[in-house]
Amino acid sequence: MSNSGQNTVTISPAPSGRLAQSAAGDAERAAERAARARRLTVRTIALGYLALLLLAPVAMIFYRTFEHGLAPVWDAIAAPNAQHAFWLSLEVVAIAVPLNTAFGIGMALLLERGHFRGKGLLGLLIDLPFAISPVVVGLSLVLVYGKTGWFGDWLSEQGIQIIFSVPGIVLATAFVSLPFVVRETIPVLRELGTDAEQAAETLGASGWQTFWRVTLPGIRWGVVYGVVLTTARALGEFGAVSIVSGRIEGQTQTLPLYVQDRFENFDSTGAYTAAVVLALLAMATLLLMNLLTRRTRGRMAT
Amino acid sequence: MPVRPTGALGKGLLGIYLTALVLLPVAALLAKSSSGGTSAFWRAISSPEAVAAIKLTLIATAIVVVVNAVFGTLIAWMLVRDEFRGKGVVNSMIDLPFALPTIVAGVVLLALYGKDSPVGVNVAFTRVAVGVALLFVTLPFVVRSVQPVLHELDLSMEEAAASLGARSGTVLRRIVLPSLAPAIISGVALSFARAVGEFGSLVLITGNLPFKTEVGSVYIFGQIENDSLPAAAAVSVVLLAAALVVLGVLSLASRRLSRHVQ
Amino acid sequence: MAIEVRNVGKRFGDFVALDDVSISVGDGALTALLGPSGSGKSTLLRIIAGLEAPDTGEVVIGGEDVTRAPARTRGVGFVFQHYAPFKHMTVHDNVAFGLSVRRRPKDEIGTRVKELLGLVRLDGLAERYPSQLSGGQLQRMALARALAVQPQVLLLDEPFGALDAQVRAELREWLRRLHDEIHVTTVFVTHDQEEAMEVAEQIVVMNDGRIEQTGSPRHLYESPANEFVMSFIGPVNRLGDAFLRPHDIQILPEADGTGTEALVVRVVHLGFEVRVELKLHDGRDIWAQVTREEAQQLELSEGQILTVRLPAPRVFSA
Repeated sequence: MSNSGQNTVTISPAPSGRLAQSAAGDAERAAERAARARRLTVRTIALGYLALLLLAPVAMIFYRTFEHGLAPVWDAIAAPNAQHAFWLSLEVVAIAVPLNTAFGIGMALLLERGHFRGKGLLGLLIDLPFAISPVVVGLSLVLVYGKTGWFGDWLSEQGIQIIFSVPGIVLATAFVSLPFVVRETIPVLRELGTDAEQAAETLGASGWQTFWRVTLPGIRWGVVYGVVLTTARALGEFGAVSIVSGRIEGQTQTLPLYVQDRFENFDSTGAYTAAVVLALLAMATLLLMNLLTRRTRGRMAT
Repeated sequence: MPVRPTGALGKGLLGIYLTALVLLPVAALLAKSSSGGTSAFWRAISSPEAVAAIKLTLIATAIVVVVNAVFGTLIAWMLVRDEFRGKGVVNSMIDLPFALPTIVAGVVLLALYGKDSPVGVNVAFTRVAVGVALLFVTLPFVVRSVQPVLHELDLSMEEAAASLGARSGTVLRRIVLPSLAPAIISGVALSFARAVGEFGSLVLITGNLPFKTEVGSVYIFGQIENDSLPAAAAVSVVLLAAALVVLGVLSLASRRLSRHVQ
Repeated sequence: MAIEVRNVGKRFGDFVALDDVSISVGDGALTALLGPSGSGKSTLLRIIAGLEAPDTGEVVIGGEDVTRAPARTRGVGFVFQHYAPFKHMTVHDNVAFGLSVRRRPKDEIGTRVKELLGLVRLDGLAERYPSQLSGGQLQRMALARALAVQPQVLLLDEPFGALDAQVRAELREWLRRLHDEIHVTTVFVTHDQEEAMEVAEQIVVMNDGRIEQTGSPRHLYESPANEFVMSFIGPVNRLGDAFLRPHDIQILPEADGTGTEALVVRVVHLGFEVRVELKLHDGRDIWAQVTREEAQQLELSEGQILTVRLPAPRVFSA
């Protein structure tokens, strides 16, 4: 383009002809090479980072566990405290996850379909577990339900023990895994819309019938994804349960607590074995997450 | 008409659950932290060990989130724009720090980068260990935050810029990154909140040495074990406030930025 | 079942959706609620259905005051613009829903569903899922579903709005024939005046939350009560306060002293009808509608000057 002194702009065409075309071709190829080089650099850096941070540690657990052969691993699995820890973890999950699921669906319906002020505050309260350290969670539960806590006297009068007992562990676990079902259900609920529910209503369905037969099936994949996330979080909880349970061997020791216990007692095989079990459960979770990703809204599948 | 399985009863149950689980405990926390008045509060959080722990937590977290911002974006870029065999597996692995119990992460990092390290790297009981553990647990946040945005990013914007003569570095700087900024910032906010409270992965590999590698959450744990509950509550409130403030400020920033980008 | 709406009012915040609206729909009638968006027609329909509650006024269906009754007790069938299918259920289960909710025996449901699918011509598609159906098929399924529970009243909210022109035309005719067959009191909402004119026996024209006029299509066309109705129904020329129908404008083959001069600005051939855009002597623009034959006979062409006879204009006092 050339700009003469007056207010006119002349546009000269780019040089044409065979020479110019091959020059353009060269430039294109050079640009392509540069782009490929950039892509490979990014890939190398990213994969390298991930290998150091993720891959190596995971490989390590398996290596260290089976380092001395299969027999010590069997013994470790069979140890009574290990067994107890495993089943306790499952028990806690079996209680906390359904509670959070029911809560999550109810809350999602309330936030998405209800009309009232303070939705923002409610949302904040529900997301609070993301911002609180597990240790603080444990502390705050002790302050309410512990012997010297707000309900301490009343609870001992009733003969109910929450802290240093399974109910406390359930509370702590439910607290830290609270938000997932709500967060995953709200977008699918939004996408479902109210038309189908209204149609059901005109067809004579009661509130419950509409919920069970139209709403719930419509949001089920969001709920399932949320349940998977909740379960993973619940199984792996350490800090809050550590404080709230008293870590009593064979009684209030969940599997993660057991890992720490074995480690501190220099039973590395015991610790690694329990860690492997948890790692396998984690990987099963990842698999489920990946499979479900394609079914839920707003999630990325490569 | 809002369709809910139960009316007042349902609301009531939800309310009770939320109150018993979250509201009351947090209220108790605030109450305990101020139970001795402001002077006791101040004393608790200004004790040398507490200050050291809080400082370490905040500084380590700050460094870690910056690293995450960079590497997280790179990884998201690779997952969205690059193609190679096994990419699906790599994509799934990103969520590992989320699915893995923190204590297991700790055990494993210790095995890898501790005393008996097969690669000869021993950072156990050092501040570097704090950083490594935090990097592990916060890995997914920026990646997962940026991925969907990058995926949806209109390639025609970049092509338009290129056709106008912009070099790819410029395109990156002036077109792509501004569009990703809100997502990066919100990922950073979540990383911060997560890292500031992290406990399980740090407990083993850092050795919890006061004034050296003791982070805020470990300090609080110690105070609880010593039955100094008001002090524990006070420092807890500081950590919680830090997380909430950062979350609030950054999500505001993220939302404001995305308004322009939309 | 006749429908009576008396003095119904509804606001959403500051927005007045319906302002003292009353209509009467006879038993077995086929009525259209016609109006532009925001006129309140959908709101009125939903109030009749019980999906919204009015702030003031009453709704009476079949002699019974149902104003405070919930939708599920009113015996209304409702068809949505976007079909509202139960996506996770087969076509059969969709149609059977109302019956299964009333816990009818399985074989009864089976027979009835089969009957209905035949009626809407979806036989053979019973085991398909909504995602496998076209828009037209989905709407027919929605109709079958609504009819399954033998509603006293059938309400349709812009039922053909989301469909292609061709499918829309087919379904319009089909709805008319269906109504002839089953004689259910039917009310449908549309913003398409042609659709209302073609299908309905009675049209309620609405605007800004009020009723402008009610009547048969012919009556509304020939005797519009005000400018809104005249402009909304049928094509119209506006000259100041006067309204003229394009096809009432006569183009005379020769000047005979009774008409006005006009310049042919453009001649548009739209198949069977021809639109002639004219500029009058005093500079005003109007357009006339003539048949293909008339256009040929008059040898219309651009730039031609001819004589037109304007009909007695319709003027509405403000």
